[in-house]
Amino acid sequence: MTTPVTPAGFVLGLADDALVSAQRMGWWISRAPELEEDLALANIGLDQLGQARALLTYAGELEGTGRTEDDLAYLRDDRDFRNVWLVERPQTDFGVTIARLLVFATWQSELYAALASSADLTLAGVAGKAVKEVAYHVDHARLWTLRLGDGTEESHRRMQDALDAEWPYVEELFVADPDAPIDPATLRDAVLGRVGEVVAAATLTVPEVAPSVGGGRRGLHTEHLGHLLAGMQHLHRSHPGVTW
Amino acid sequence: MRFEDLLAGDGRVEPRDEMPDAYRRTLVRQIAQHAHSEIIGMQPEGNWISRAPSLRRKAILMAKVQDEAGHGLYLYAAAETLGVDRADLLDQLHTGRQKYSSIFNYPTLTWADVGAIGWLVDGAAIVNQVPLCRCSYGPYARAMVRVCKEESFHQRQGFEILHTLAHGSPAQHAMAQDAVDRYWWPALMMFGPPDDDSPNSAQSMAWGIKRFSNDELRQRFVDMTVPQAEALGLTLPDPDLRWNDERGHHDFGEIDFTELYEVVRGNGPCNADRIAHKVRAHEDGAWVREAAAAYAAKREAGAA
Amino acid sequence: MSSRDWPLWEVFVRPRRGLSHVHAGSLHAPDAEMALRNARDVYTRRQEGVSLWVVPSAEIVASDPGERDAFFDPAEDKVYRHPTFYDVPEGVQHL
Ligand SMILES: [Fe+2]
Ligand SMILES: [Fe+2]
Repeated sequence: MTTPVTPAGFVLGLADDALVSAQRMGWWISRAPELEEDLALANIGLDQLGQARALLTYAGELEGTGRTEDDLAYLRDDRDFRNVWLVERPQTDFGVTIARLLVFATWQSELYAALASSADLTLAGVAGKAVKEVAYHVDHARLWTLRLGDGTEESHRRMQDALDAEWPYVEELFVADPDAPIDPATLRDAVLGRVGEVVAAATLTVPEVAPSVGGGRRGLHTEHLGHLLAGMQHLHRSHPGVTW
Repeated sequence: MRFEDLLAGDGRVEPRDEMPDAYRRTLVRQIAQHAHSEIIGMQPEGNWISRAPSLRRKAILMAKVQDEAGHGLYLYAAAETLGVDRADLLDQLHTGRQKYSSIFNYPTLTWADVGAIGWLVDGAAIVNQVPLCRCSYGPYARAMVRVCKEESFHQRQGFEILHTLAHGSPAQHAMAQDAVDRYWWPALMMFGPPDDDSPNSAQSMAWGIKRFSNDELRQRFVDMTVPQAEALGLTLPDPDLRWNDERGHHDFGEIDFTELYEVVRGNGPCNADRIAHKVRAHEDGAWVREAAAAYAAKREAGAA
Repeated sequence: MSSRDWPLWEVFVRPRRGLSHVHAGSLHAPDAEMALRNARDVYTRRQEGVSLWVVPSAEIVASDPGERDAFFDPAEDKVYRHPTFYDVPEGVQHL
């Protein structure tokens, strides 16, 4: 029996989700509400970046083109990125950051947990390490959702606004991918169940909104990704072929 | 034990010991200024996190800037053992009543500046900070032990950035040289005014807060750095820099402190930006801090 | 003290199994749950520990430095509490 080949595009999608999240998270360092939170968000960003690097490297191997993590991160245009819209929009509001992290990390934790026992041993290795990291992210997001939701009147309102703002982008996480080792569509109930419990405990409401059309997995993005990549890639691209 | 006897025996003063008011005030001012410097120092390097030219460099830089947040945190905590609050110290920073190191009012214009900061600025900070590990005030000394352990990675990663650039393309080499040209003199100024112009130094030495004079530390830094610059293949921008056999030290050119005083006075390239960034972050976070406090108060009321 | 800060907590880290928790430093946190997480992020980034305690700083009961002599000097002359006080005849082992 041969091990099934994991599609490079699937791995690239996970990698880009993590990379773009890390890029957004890095913005918070020196801007968090309190010093302790600067350290916490930096840790989360570093975990995400580490996941991105491992996954990009593996995606490059699966492609068989010899592209490195940096080739993939710095030399693709936005049409070639495969991340979901949830992670690419700006997050300069703490409530939005927490709402997004709650959904994203819970989704990652279900996905990585399933992938950790995948027949693809490389992917299983990356997922097995990442699943511990994202468990902490989920916990961090949960603690903050509770405090913001059930804190002051203002924080309750802002946290509900944040959930409302993020919710249209949740559905895209579950777009079916039957060729993937784990079809994200199968994670929907588990993820939304866990997130819903936290939202309810925080005296907040799960928004009922129409999902955005999405398209990140096919390389169709919002305008925000282009700007994010312009900033991220410009220096690397200004000096082709050098070592950093 | 009496304060004077403690100092005479090179003992450590601990938070609840009796100590002269002036000693306490000096420590609060120095530790706060030190903490503020760590925190404001996150910005010039944080400026390059989003643009770091490789993912490896991005990870290193995030971890480094995160460490600086930790350093600020340890130091605020040390100051708090003297009976002040972090919130009050932050107010003083935000309103300009307490200073931070002027070095952070210089901009990071290129990626090489991140290297120059790690190598020269963290390098100078280490020279300043190692003696503080033996400072007479226990909590400050212990915070510095932790800080110094973490700093050595900072200087090395800066050196590595510059080494890679200096041995890379001509454009990269030029970028590295330009950064060193801009950061060398400000780094030397980090040790403060010359000894004969440093009115408070003698008292701080007597109190065991300071262990070496500004000029001694500056000399130590220069002697340490010159061979490293050679290893990098970069020049330090000082035509008067040369080894003096007689003194057993490097001679170096005169430092133009008028610029330092201008920057301290608020006329550096980034003073206003640094404080505005910090104040904005603090104000934007107020609702979050309040929410967490309110949540905790509700739980406590519920438990009672 | 103003109450504008979150409360202060003391952090104790067990560096390895088999060793005691040792005071590592302090931090601010709104409550115990957050204090524990913050302690993890602030004080164990370099694998410094395998277990953490956080204690509200206000709950620490400390001996008074003014009473130090009364507290600690009386132990000074009780040298018989230390094994090195005793002479052991030559050749006697495992004692
Ligand atoms: Fe530092
Ligand atoms: Fe540093």
